[in-house]
Amino acid sequence: MLEVGLAHYLSVAAILFTLGVLGIFLNRKNVIIILMSIELMLLAVNINFVAFSTHLQDLVGQIFAMFVLTVAAAEAAIGLAILVVYFRNRGSIAVEDINLMKG
Amino acid sequence: MIIQGLAFYLFSFVAVAAAVMVISAKNPVHSVLFLILAFFSSAGLFVLMGAEFLAMILVIVYVGAVAVLFMFVVMMLDINFVEMRQGFLQYLPIGALVGLILLVELILIFGSWLVSPEASAVASVPIPPVAEVTNTEALGRVLYTDYIYLFQVAGLILLIAMIGAIVLTLRQREGVRRQSISRQVTMDRTKTIEVKDVPTGSGV
Repeated sequence: MLEVGLAHYLSVAAILFTLGVLGIFLNRKNVIIILMSIELMLLAVNINFVAFSTHLQDLVGQIFAMFVLTVAAAEAAIGLAILVVYFRNRGSIAVEDINLMKG
Repeated sequence: MIIQGLAFYLFSFVAVAAAVMVISAKNPVHSVLFLILAFFSSAGLFVLMGAEFLAMILVIVYVGAVAVLFMFVVMMLDINFVEMRQGFLQYLPIGALVGLILLVELILIFGSWLVSPEASAVASVPIPPVAEVTNTEALGRVLYTDYIYLFQVAGLILLIAMIGAIVLTLRQREGVRRQSISRQVTMDRTKTIEVKDVPTGSGV
């Protein structure tokens, strides 16, 4: 029970990823929470990378986790910038109001 | 070993509980704070796994930068967040169903994951013994040699993100009086001062 192995870390990552997906489903109106849920999912992916890296004794997994971190930071910055501009133009960030392109 | 197990359960429980609070908190500011907590305990998990450098990077980048960015945006936007929570329960059944299916699938895949004993023999960059080379040094040795181009591209991505964020949020407002250096420098006495000869007893 107290012996922590690869499966334990992968399970935690799976739970975090699922919570991220659930957050996107539940907060259908609030873009900020959706962005946070995406961050949670990326965190779960990072935990997977590092777990496999240490379990297989291969350093490349940690390197890749670092690149995931970089992209996640850039994505958060750009996403929040778009959010701010959108709020300035429309006065709302509700997801159902984002229908200008009729997509 | 027992301490390691206890620490694992502590960190993972806190991380999962914080993640639940992130998606269910009423106030987005609380969501951001719980996101910080989730990242912090994940950093603890990273330390447990032996990836100290990534743990510290996670704390610095996420807790120090991304979470604060979220906090700024949440506080900057004037939104009725109570109104935004409508439909939360409406989507709960379908969301819970999809989440449950996903979780079961992931656990089924990862829970029974078996790694072949020869797998670590084919590792492209084996982790050196911790007693000889620290995690940070080992990462640096690989990152700045084998992965130097990817590293540069990561820097470019961050630069583009920075430029993009600035360009997106910059706006030129009408009616704002700004300092114009060239106008100030080219100004001379004849343009600004006018000498009038005012006769006594009458105005200008």
